[in-house]
Amino acid sequence: MNTIYILWLRELKRYSRSKSRIIGSLGQPILFLVALGYGLGSVFQRAGEGNYFQFLAPGIIGMSIIFTAIFSGIQMIWDRQFGFLKETLVAPVHRITIMLGRTLGGATVATLQGLLVLVIVLAFGFRPYSWALIPVAILFMLLVALLFAALGAMVASLLDDMQGFQLIMNFLVMPLFFLSGALFPLQGLPSALDVVVRFDPLSYGIDAFRILLANVGAFGLGMDFAVLASVAAIFLVLSSWFFSKIQI
Amino acid sequence: MDNIIHVRNLTKTFGDIAAVKDISFDVKKGEIFAFLGPNGAGKSTTIKMLTTVLRPTSGDILLAGHDAAKDPDDVRRAFGIVFQDPSTDDDLTAYENMDLHGILYGLSSALRKERIRTLLEFVELWDRKDSLVKEFSGGMKRRLEIARGLLHHPSVIFLDEPTLGLDPQTRNHMWSYLEDLNKKEGITVFFTTHYMEEAERIAQRIAIIDHGTIVASGTAAELKANTGKDSLEDAFLELTGHAIREEEVSGTDRMRARSRMWHGGRR
Repeated sequence: MNTIYILWLRELKRYSRSKSRIIGSLGQPILFLVALGYGLGSVFQRAGEGNYFQFLAPGIIGMSIIFTAIFSGIQMIWDRQFGFLKETLVAPVHRITIMLGRTLGGATVATLQGLLVLVIVLAFGFRPYSWALIPVAILFMLLVALLFAALGAMVASLLDDMQGFQLIMNFLVMPLFFLSGALFPLQGLPSALDVVVRFDPLSYGIDAFRILLANVGAFGLGMDFAVLASVAAIFLVLSSWFFSKIQI
Repeated sequence: MDNIIHVRNLTKTFGDIAAVKDISFDVKKGEIFAFLGPNGAGKSTTIKMLTTVLRPTSGDILLAGHDAAKDPDDVRRAFGIVFQDPSTDDDLTAYENMDLHGILYGLSSALRKERIRTLLEFVELWDRKDSLVKEFSGGMKRRLEIARGLLHHPSVIFLDEPTLGLDPQTRNHMWSYLEDLNKKEGITVFFTTHYMEEAERIAQRIAIIDHGTIVASGTAAELKANTGKDSLEDAFLELTGHAIREEEVSGTDRMRARSRMWHGGRR
């Protein structure tokens, strides 16, 4: 328990100490908000879908969470050869506690990042459907963050150097984000895309954010929760399994 | 029992390449032991197996009386290690790095406080305890890692090329701590190095590994006498040959190269 706590705390300390990382990682969501939110706003309106900015904001929160969460997991590749991971691997503690501490820490950091983006979209004029639902939305943010932190850790456990990094960006993170409905409504999609979207766990996270923050959605909150919780559980078990097999 | 490290018929194969072939050796309690060999000879692989991060293909390892395969956690409590690459967390302070180690090893809060202070004073870093490790020089990081490796009072400390890239002053300083500790506390020191004069000066006993087998072992004087050479360096070359070893480049090496490019300098 102490092990999980101290490794969780480590992730938070590292996050709070890297101001440049915090600010740097806010650049991308702001760019998306401005370029897409305002750029496509009038087209969206004319199509009768309402205010695009209101629609996009939950998607951008999801984007910052998935990026931060997967990166926190993938950072382990670096840590594994040059750093701190070895120190934990030779310690007399169970590997699963190391994995859980790191993943929970990474998920907490990603959630904080999501909250920062929430504050930013509020500053840009986003109005949540109901303030009372924000705590529920934060719980969903945590769940989404946990799911992708576990996915990142799983990928990191399987790779032995950063060569695969570009591959992960282009074939995992980007598709997960772009095919999630973060940027477009899920109604009336071509059927092939509709199938793909349903296989992307982030779709359910963004759908939940949208239901809770903007009162529009496709799958329903119950479905979203069921999918996110079970996929997160599967990824946690798999990442723990692969992590326990790591040899340096 | 006299032998703190007891290795019998240890073998590790990767695919059809045997990195370590059926080696056996002992290290006595309280000894300073140097484990030498050219690059790719099997040194690192052996250390990884001794420190439970790599599973042997076959053979037995007993460390402080515990079987590395059956009771890895008991073995882990019995040794401290300073890795070849720095393994401190740069974004934490020296004190936080120490404290985290203490928690991982299950030390009580009072015990951590007391020992961290003693050890950081010992390696002369107490006045820098609240500085982030990323502000430390290579030598300071090494000292911190040594202090950290000793925090749980291990009976053996492993040092994998601990003096690589350090200036002679820091190197001297570091060895004087370790020799001091070895005399006072009887801690066993197991180290690797490419500096032969260092091995000759510090180690009480030396084993030389090449192509995965131990080709010679004994005191520096014995190794020199057996090969009829005047220096350990010549004895080493006599035993392992003059050919430069081509090591297959691993993912680690590629990353090490990149890390050097980014951070300029090794540590």
